[in-house]
Amino acid sequence: MPKIYVDGKECEAAEGQNLLEACLGLGFDLPYFCWHPAMRSVGACRQCAVKEFKDENDARGRIVMACMTPVTEGARISIDDPEARAFRAGVIEWLMASHPHDCPVCDEGGECHLQDMTVMAGHVYRRHRFGKRTYRNQDLGPFVNHEMNRCIQCYRCVRFYCDYAGGRDLSVFASRDSVYFGRSEDGTLESEFSGNLVEVCPTGVFTDKTLKKHYTRKWDLQAAPSICVHCGLGCNTTPGERYGRLRRIRNRYNGSVNGYFLCDRGRFGYEFVNGDKRIRRPVLRERPGEEEQIDAGEAIRRASLMLGDGKRVMAIGSPRASLESNFALRELAGPENFFSGLPDNEHKLLRLVLDILKGGPARSPSLSEVGRADAVLILGEDVTNTAPVEALMLRQAARKRPVEKAVSRKIPEWDASAIKTAIQNEKEPFHVAAPFATKLDEAAKAVYHAPPEDIARLGNAIAHELDRDAPSPEGLEGRIAQLAKDIAEDLKDAKSPIIVSGVSLSEAVVKAAANVAWALEAIGKKAALSYIVPECNSTGLALMGGKSLDDALKAAAHGGFDTLVILENDLFTRAGKEEVEVFFECFENIIAIDHTATRTTSAAGLVFPAAAFAEGTGTLVNSEGRAQRFFKVFDPEGDIAEGWRWLGRIMEESGAGTAWSNIDEVLESMASEVPELQEAIDAAPSAGLRMAGQKVARAPQRFSGRTAIHAGRSVIEPRPPEDPDSPLSFSMEGFQPKGLGKEPPPELIPQFWSPGWNSPQAVIRFQDGTNGGLRGNDPGVRLINPAEAMPGYFREVPGPFRPRKGEWLVIPVYHIFGSEELNALSPPVAGLIPRPYIGLNPEDAVKLEAPPGEEVALKAGGLHLKLPARHMPGLPEGVAALPVLPGVERLRLPQWGVVARPKESAA
Amino acid sequence: MEGLTEKPLTGHLKPDGEALDISEYEGYGGYEGLRKALRMGHSEIQKEVKEANLRGRGGAGFNTGLKWSFVPMGKDAPRPKYLVANADEMEPGTFKDRFLLERNPHLIIEGMIIASFAIEAETAFVFLRWEYTLAAKRMRRAIAEAYERGYLGRNMLGSGFNLDLRVHVSAGRYICGEETALLNALEGRRAVPRSKPPFPQTSGLWGRPTVVNNVETLSNVPHIITGGAEWYRKLSRSGDGGTKLFGVSGRVKRPGLWELPMGTTAREILEEHAGGMADGFSFRCLIPGGASTEFICEEGLDVKMDFDSVQKAGSRLGTGTMIVLDHTVCPIAALHNLERFFAEESCGWCTPCREGLPWVARLLGAIEDGEGEPGDIETLREHTRSLWVGKTYCALAPGAMEPLKSGLAIFREDFERHIREKGCPSKRERG
Repeated sequence: MPKIYVDGKECEAAEGQNLLEACLGLGFDLPYFCWHPAMRSVGACRQCAVKEFKDENDARGRIVMACMTPVTEGARISIDDPEARAFRAGVIEWLMASHPHDCPVCDEGGECHLQDMTVMAGHVYRRHRFGKRTYRNQDLGPFVNHEMNRCIQCYRCVRFYCDYAGGRDLSVFASRDSVYFGRSEDGTLESEFSGNLVEVCPTGVFTDKTLKKHYTRKWDLQAAPSICVHCGLGCNTTPGERYGRLRRIRNRYNGSVNGYFLCDRGRFGYEFVNGDKRIRRPVLRERPGEEEQIDAGEAIRRASLMLGDGKRVMAIGSPRASLESNFALRELAGPENFFSGLPDNEHKLLRLVLDILKGGPARSPSLSEVGRADAVLILGEDVTNTAPVEALMLRQAARKRPVEKAVSRKIPEWDASAIKTAIQNEKEPFHVAAPFATKLDEAAKAVYHAPPEDIARLGNAIAHELDRDAPSPEGLEGRIAQLAKDIAEDLKDAKSPIIVSGVSLSEAVVKAAANVAWALEAIGKKAALSYIVPECNSTGLALMGGKSLDDALKAAAHGGFDTLVILENDLFTRAGKEEVEVFFECFENIIAIDHTATRTTSAAGLVFPAAAFAEGTGTLVNSEGRAQRFFKVFDPEGDIAEGWRWLGRIMEESGAGTAWSNIDEVLESMASEVPELQEAIDAAPSAGLRMAGQKVARAPQRFSGRTAIHAGRSVIEPRPPEDPDSPLSFSMEGFQPKGLGKEPPPELIPQFWSPGWNSPQAVIRFQDGTNGGLRGNDPGVRLINPAEAMPGYFREVPGPFRPRKGEWLVIPVYHIFGSEELNALSPPVAGLIPRPYIGLNPEDAVKLEAPPGEEVALKAGGLHLKLPARHMPGLPEGVAALPVLPGVERLRLPQWGVVARPKESAA
Repeated sequence: MEGLTEKPLTGHLKPDGEALDISEYEGYGGYEGLRKALRMGHSEIQKEVKEANLRGRGGAGFNTGLKWSFVPMGKDAPRPKYLVANADEMEPGTFKDRFLLERNPHLIIEGMIIASFAIEAETAFVFLRWEYTLAAKRMRRAIAEAYERGYLGRNMLGSGFNLDLRVHVSAGRYICGEETALLNALEGRRAVPRSKPPFPQTSGLWGRPTVVNNVETLSNVPHIITGGAEWYRKLSRSGDGGTKLFGVSGRVKRPGLWELPMGTTAREILEEHAGGMADGFSFRCLIPGGASTEFICEEGLDVKMDFDSVQKAGSRLGTGTMIVLDHTVCPIAALHNLERFFAEESCGWCTPCREGLPWVARLLGAIEDGEGEPGDIETLREHTRSLWVGKTYCALAPGAMEPLKSGLAIFREDFERHIREKGCPSKRERG
């Protein structure tokens, strides 16, 4: 590691960094704007000026921009140099010339990087006496507010939006001192990652519009480390709460998972927690149409009556409930009566994925590893819509090899604009096979749009090219054989190839992906195999075991069950309406535990109010197999409690044991009952941990008004709620992590804050060197690890897709907004959910005389749907697409169906 | 040798103001340099041009042959490679490239072909200022002629060398004259400069090796090849090789443009060629090479106009086209005019330039209008230091500070009187 001297102090800097990154990593305060840890340097703002000296005899030195100067052995710099300080203060003076100084009414106030840097740079007195430039703002949609007058032209927004995230509708306009960042006209930002602008912008140009609706200053937000519940990736988040309402979600840095960014589903889907469909007290429904709220003790007593006394109980778990809650349910009903609540196909695919990842040598990569892959093959997944942040990582992987090439030409990796110039639009090993055009197609060198069977065949052909022992599809078209050969070459050439697939389509696709990864392993190449799963605990539920929903329907039809307990699962989103209704008829009692009223809870005789993610503590397992703990952010009003807590109390009441007193006890029982989940207990420290004898404070030290919040009811200040489940306190009292060296384990850091660093940039004070993981290891523990041995390949390869006359293969389409149940309940997201449709190949649509928007009828699986037609580019002939959206009845897809003009089908 | 004159750039121009067509150009020995070059090795050409000490006529004065020598050559070099003629002449007071573009387009084309051959470029562009519509027309016609005669296109003159040459008309910003901003503009991106290193010679247009040379620079190349480095150097009266187009604008008797030996003194240009000051006007000072150079006053007029001499005298040769200020011009107003130009032409990329220049312009405007305040001179002086080389992203703002820096010293009295007397004293005196 090169030695550098900063103000005479000898320090060790990391190789391949610039001076700014080195100084920040070493803990020096050096202000900056345009540099961003993920996007690196462009040298625009000129804020990080330091004095550089030639050698120890050089007393004059010269001003350089730290972000544009490489670390070199023996470099001597001064941050403190008077000329450098004066210049940095001068830069702020310039930036402030037109800044509106509207901090008191600006949503960014209190967590503004511009405020922090102004204080750090030391500019205090305004000399500029002329007018300020002003701009018109734009309506950018429901997520992001625009206030251009505050802009300091650091260019980070467009660099993130366009260069990093592949967006096209945000740009920089005009020039000189009237540079404008926005869209060509008003309109909702089109990128799935637009919400990151809120954190990327160093001041209040782009702010969170959902927060604005119920605004609270950062220092008044109570927070806890949390995990996003809106897809299977498990991005780390920081939800903020005040007065019992969730106010916003911020990214929580995890160097091994989501890094610096979230998707808009994850950031803005949270409002279901504040929704009016929330269940806050136990509900008793003795006769249809009659319901009454009852107290918790009464509800538990009634539940124990429905469960005890030799009653036969069936339990249905959920991929959106925590490990602990699912485990508690499994305990209540017994493993043999525990069902996953997932339809057969999804249930089996998830189990298959587990078997592949545990039984074979290909390792499931962490999200950050996905971003570092140097060759990508996507098989059958529209990643942008099913696992958005993984798509963002894959976009970085697409640049990996061109960047490496540029670096080999001596262009430093941190020099973002030089890298951009050098690599232009070079496309490196990135291949997409999907059933229709996807957003990631634009990053790909080769794109193959085909039905699921043919995608699986391509995968197998690639595997066979890599290793002749792998099965080969018969009768492969020459064009596809060549494509398979090319892709195989690219994968073979790579150092860290990745195969991305998922459970959206079919078993054959999942198996084909495994064959490719295993074939790479067989020829001595470490291959990452990333399967995308739909929900936040799909993987955890699969590890828990149990049987499918179809098994449950069958078992119930056989009779003999008295009571059904459904945990955080709306079965109407899993199976057809009639099936579910018939199923419910099989039981005398139905108990539902959920946080939100659904058609399922409406059918239950007894409903317990479950905690939403921000109101409880639990563990989720993401698609990597990483168990991560989310903590209760606030103590909710009403009787709301975690599913596992209700279940424990019910079991105690019915004499089936003693209720767990905290989550650690649940995890201990789970460890002994389900060995596969044993290590989940290590996902976070146990509740007993103390920092300097204290719990870690959830609220910032400047949290205001604790004594006044309840004064309207009583002047006697209530005790802060107890938290038996974690070493976190519901208060600003307690240990405050400051990023100065003594921190709790990163799993327990509610918000990143450090003296002088109030913005999200404070995370640099908690990293192991600039851009490193969190000090003390990135949170999470892997529950899935690959086997050493090579299993046999999956031998069966499907035949080619054959279109049927008069029939269509109906496949599912996922949408970032709406295809997951909970985000659809968040009002800002709801407005962006597409209207239901039936997707058709444009040629097919012409044959059906169905122009876009024209209603067509779909008959499949006993269902009869009438929806407007949508022409989908890339969708093969003979294939129709049905979106997974609220209001569209659930079908088990893919399956064959008939699409017709409504008149004809009626006839 | 036919065609060789004391004035290689302008010696054979037509008196009627029309461009030399290809036959006329060939008649004066045109494209002979190219024929000779095609027989030489790439490195031989580079060496000849380097030894001729041809220095960049866009104003930076970098040795052209040396610039070419940084281009990766041979089989393993990244391809394609590019040559760009910088014809985005927007420096205030500068009109020398326009003269060549309109009158002697084949000289530029021949220079570009030789330069492209020397660096093995397969595509070349003329990046043209958009107001130069006549130049665009004449360049395009000349390029078509050159294609017709086989000087451009595939297998040029049977040499096996291929070159395509196109005119690209700029969207019209001063910053496009900065070579890396020019490259961004040519790629269809915002005209924002790039950081160096990497230099365009290794990672230029579309990330490929690229040389950007000024029009006048390239026009010298054919004669260097024909006449040789030694002959070329001897055209000069100083260390820099060759001749230079010098121009004078302002209240002189004969404003204009002349090709003169490098190292001709400013006084000779002003008094002999421009005929001295117009009647009723007395000389106050001049800016020697476009707007972004420091003022030269009476006592500095004997400076030899070449890169090193003018630098030693505390200014820069720049484009070699001087703007003369006479006794009736308020220097504050002149500076205000200049700085407003630079502020408007800032690309908006780096903070000092984007925010500092408008502030400077407004301060000068305030002082000019009698609204100056005592601290303003110090604020301006601070800007001449903080908008300096290394502190800004490119050379635009430092260039803008050159006239201001010297103006603050030379016109100190004018500045103080404007502030003290709350207005322009000379305006008041003139009534």
